[in-house]
Amino acid sequence: MNAILSVIGKDTIGIVADVSVECAKYQANITDVSQSILGEYFAMIMVVNIDGLNVAFTDFVDRMKAVGKSKNLDIQVMHEDIFNSMHKI
Amino acid sequence: MISNQEILETITMIQNQNLDIRTITMGISLIDCMDADIGKSCEKVYAKIRRMAEKLVQTGEFLSKKYGIPIINKRVAVTPVSLLLGVSGGDPLRYARTMDDVARDIGIDFIGGFSALVQKGFAPGDRELIAAIPEALASTEKVCASVNVGSTRAGINLDAVRIMGEKILEAATLTRDRECMGAGKLVVFCNAVEDNPFMAGAFHGIGENDAALNVGVSGPGVVREAIRLAPPSASIAEIADIIKKTAFKITRMGQLIGNEASRELGVPFGIVDLSLAPTPAVGDSVAHIIEEIGIESCGGYGTTAALAILNDAVKKGGVMASSRVGGLSGAFIPVSEDAGMVAAVERGSLSVEKLEAMTAVCSVGLDMIVVPGDTTPDIIAGMIADEAAIGMVNGKTTAVRIIPAVGKGDGEGVRFGGLFGYGPVMKINRFSPAKFIARGGQIPAPIQSLKN
Repeated sequence: MNAILSVIGKDTIGIVADVSVECAKYQANITDVSQSILGEYFAMIMVVNIDGLNVAFTDFVDRMKAVGKSKNLDIQVMHEDIFNSMHKI
Repeated sequence: MISNQEILETITMIQNQNLDIRTITMGISLIDCMDADIGKSCEKVYAKIRRMAEKLVQTGEFLSKKYGIPIINKRVAVTPVSLLLGVSGGDPLRYARTMDDVARDIGIDFIGGFSALVQKGFAPGDRELIAAIPEALASTEKVCASVNVGSTRAGINLDAVRIMGEKILEAATLTRDRECMGAGKLVVFCNAVEDNPFMAGAFHGIGENDAALNVGVSGPGVVREAIRLAPPSASIAEIADIIKKTAFKITRMGQLIGNEASRELGVPFGIVDLSLAPTPAVGDSVAHIIEEIGIESCGGYGTTAALAILNDAVKKGGVMASSRVGGLSGAFIPVSEDAGMVAAVERGSLSVEKLEAMTAVCSVGLDMIVVPGDTTPDIIAGMIADEAAIGMVNGKTTAVRIIPAVGKGDGEGVRFGGLFGYGPVMKINRFSPAKFIARGGQIPAPIQSLKN
């Protein structure tokens, strides 16, 4: 099962590295990344496989959010089912 | 695979356009809690609600985090308490206190079902319960009450209408130190539905499962934004189509949360209420949708037509998205809970009369409308009778939830806070319906009640 991780914030060096390290720490496997710079903003969407998480999913959500906060980024993690149910008939 | 555009659309809907699940409501039958001894009956009520709904709040918070979607309220609706009172007799307030206690202990926001269904007359327990409503609402925090006074099949119980005119004023008076909030927790219905997850009118009908999980969705901000992005040349049919597509997405989310919550809690899934329920937050307003469709200020001519389009499109879009729909389904038009409605009242474009006309095509009825504190019970009863008549004749649910602002008049307002918002005192028609109301008895059911 996948979760969608979105990262938005002011562009700085090392965002991809920081987020990836955190994902690895919790055994969230990154399967897809798309990233762009919109003006001065950094925007990234990651698809992560959460089958092997070593913490509860809700804890993963909290921890990624906290990491984001510490680096002035808005990091959201949402289970992919919400996108599937809203956008696929 | 989900596209990035779809991902961003969902995130924007939630973060910027106030998309949320308004409520997950567990309906619980109290039929098996009936006892001739009111003490025992209350004990069973407490125990059953506690047992069934103990994990409701926890589950709501878990799902909210899992999907990143706010779930605003967690609620419980129970079998109309008048039925239990009919068996046990005794002081109805004991049931109200029991409901309040269990609601507080399990941490839910509201508990509905201090209710009576008297559309065709009063059964044992009904009069006592109705008499106790103002005190029950004043002495508890989370209990909500409702009374069904009419239906297309039965006609309208005019005696009940008269009594409710008095009770609404009493409920407001007893809570005058709390912005008359008692009246805000009391709804008078015609054609009440049994699976409605929205307060204050939620109760668990006797035709329902032992327990059921109902979900109410909300997303006026999302609909407005979708219309705003349409080209100015879009025809009204295209606007209706945009609303349908948006309602589909909103409702799918409700269906997902409903299914998951039902599985987590081991309670059968009931319905998704396909609703656009506003909040006082700017950008989460049904009035603003109407204005986006093209009415200069909500309440202007064309408003009823725009609301009819909106209401219908929401149902059409939503019905395909969910396997089980029900409740009130449609657009809610409360005043105090909708920043756009409040602005329209203050601008002078929206009157009680126009709101009444709008209720012929909306989801419910006259909702969260603040009237002067010196409004007489007869006038309130007249408003209830008019609203019930619209519901009865048109075979739809209508309701009245008005708040007499005791001690206040023109130019003043009542600030409820939270989801209830702020309501300016609205002007009303002062000519008296007293003689009509005093006639009492039953308004005959209309001819369309003979459908067999």
